[in-house]
Amino acid sequence: MASALINVPARAKRGEIIEIKTLISHVMETGFRRTQLGAVIPRDIIRRFVCTYNGTEVFRAELHPAIAANPFIVFSTVAVESGTLVFSWTGDHGFSATETAAISVD
Amino acid sequence: MERRTSRRDFLKTAGGIAAGLGLGAVITVEPARATPAEMAEAIRKVVGSARVTPGKVTLDLPPLIENGNAVPLTVTVESPMTEAQHVRAVHVFTEKNPQPNVVSFHLGPRAGRARVATRIRLADSQNVVAICELSDGSLWSDTAGIVVTLAACLEDGI
Amino acid sequence: MRFVGAVAALAIAASAVAGEIPRADRRSGYEFMGRETRAMQDDDTANPGMLWVLEGGTLWEKKTGAAGRACADCHGDPRASMKGVAARYPAFDAAIGRPISLEQRINRCRIDRQQAPALAYESRELLALTAFVARQSRGLPIDVTIDARTHPFLDAGRATFHRRQGQLNLACAQCHDDNWGRQLAGNVIPQAHPTGYPLYRLEWQSLGSLQRRLRNCLVGIRAEPYDYGANELVDLELYLLWRARGMTMDAPAVRP
Repeated sequence: MASALINVPARAKRGEIIEIKTLISHVMETGFRRTQLGAVIPRDIIRRFVCTYNGTEVFRAELHPAIAANPFIVFSTVAVESGTLVFSWTGDHGFSATETAAISVD
Repeated sequence: MERRTSRRDFLKTAGGIAAGLGLGAVITVEPARATPAEMAEAIRKVVGSARVTPGKVTLDLPPLIENGNAVPLTVTVESPMTEAQHVRAVHVFTEKNPQPNVVSFHLGPRAGRARVATRIRLADSQNVVAICELSDGSLWSDTAGIVVTLAACLEDGI
Repeated sequence: MRFVGAVAALAIAASAVAGEIPRADRRSGYEFMGRETRAMQDDDTANPGMLWVLEGGTLWEKKTGAAGRACADCHGDPRASMKGVAARYPAFDAAIGRPISLEQRINRCRIDRQQAPALAYESRELLALTAFVARQSRGLPIDVTIDARTHPFLDAGRATFHRRQGQLNLACAQCHDDNWGRQLAGNVIPQAHPTGYPLYRLEWQSLGSLQRRLRNCLVGIRAEPYDYGANELVDLELYLLWRARGMTMDAPAVRP
């Protein structure tokens, strides 16, 4: 049930470089914290973020515990054609989330 | 301006990673810190043993942040981002976090521009290193230091 | 009722406690933060608090409880119906004869109108709904009602604010009225105006309520924190919102 906020311009000119901002809710538990009884709280992080543009991977990130909770990633891509951007996050304990955004390129 | 006593270090650690899942049910015991040698080893594991030259990359980090839990970071590389000449990857490491690796970004000519931003956790005031891999295989780096302070009234009593 | 309110307001103004920050000097905690933290708040696409607002928007539409009703079924478009609501809370609830917080108001609706169980304090859902409602008051001035009914609770809240507490034997006023702007343990002491609640506190790595923050303050001065929903906390909230009257709401804020 992760909420995600994606910011992609709805339209762009062909060849324009567009900035994409992504924010997803996730605790990003580092695995270094302990309870008051001393037990380690197990690591629970998003490990991978991938963006595909009409099926082609255009950006990928490998995350470690040092990425802040509710990971925020900003990157850019060239608006080559109209279509769909798919964003997927995968991580520990089978975590998986996907969001899509449509872009119209003139 | 930075007054560091052992109690302050402890407070910083406890506060910097603190606050509860159960609102007070969590405390931290200071975990083993990475050392510059461990960071160097982590870098080697990611980019290999080729020489890393300072330059071409700019790591933007605020000089001082009020809380180490969410530090904004931007890495920019001067590159035409063409098929022939582009940035393949950007990797970020820290000197004093429990684990030196922070993130690896994989770009390519489709990126159009070599600029990425995110927010990271820093356990203490320290140096952060960004290394980029260009399409010709060369490695370039930038280092930035940051002071991490902490609020006075935290969630957990120590 | 209005006349009584006006007289009460004058009486309050006249009896403003020495040391209260003059209106011209009132500044939001936003102004005491670094540039980067401010930037995080300013950009809705980067503000982590907006994740809770997003979820609140979904919950707003969700039918729930034995009555099978969604917030939207009674309140329609939140941009209209919830505009200004958060700016008025805590507000007097005639049913129980005392002011209640926005969280308590939401739970009252759940119990009475949706026939659903109350949401736990600081639960994801309650925070999401509170953030969603508070967001609808962004840009509006804080405007809690102080009249004959709420005045005694304002006084109780004010008394708490000025009372020395805890092992450190400190009163809220000593830091936040008398020493705001000074450094304490590496950070600047803000004036403690709750313009942006519920807010994303970097320390918590999560969105949290004003009561959570007040409990942090109490732990900070080594005092036993009041329970969530305690009258002392609601009265203190009322006092703090009144003390910040006229200031602009900016929920969901980001704070260190």
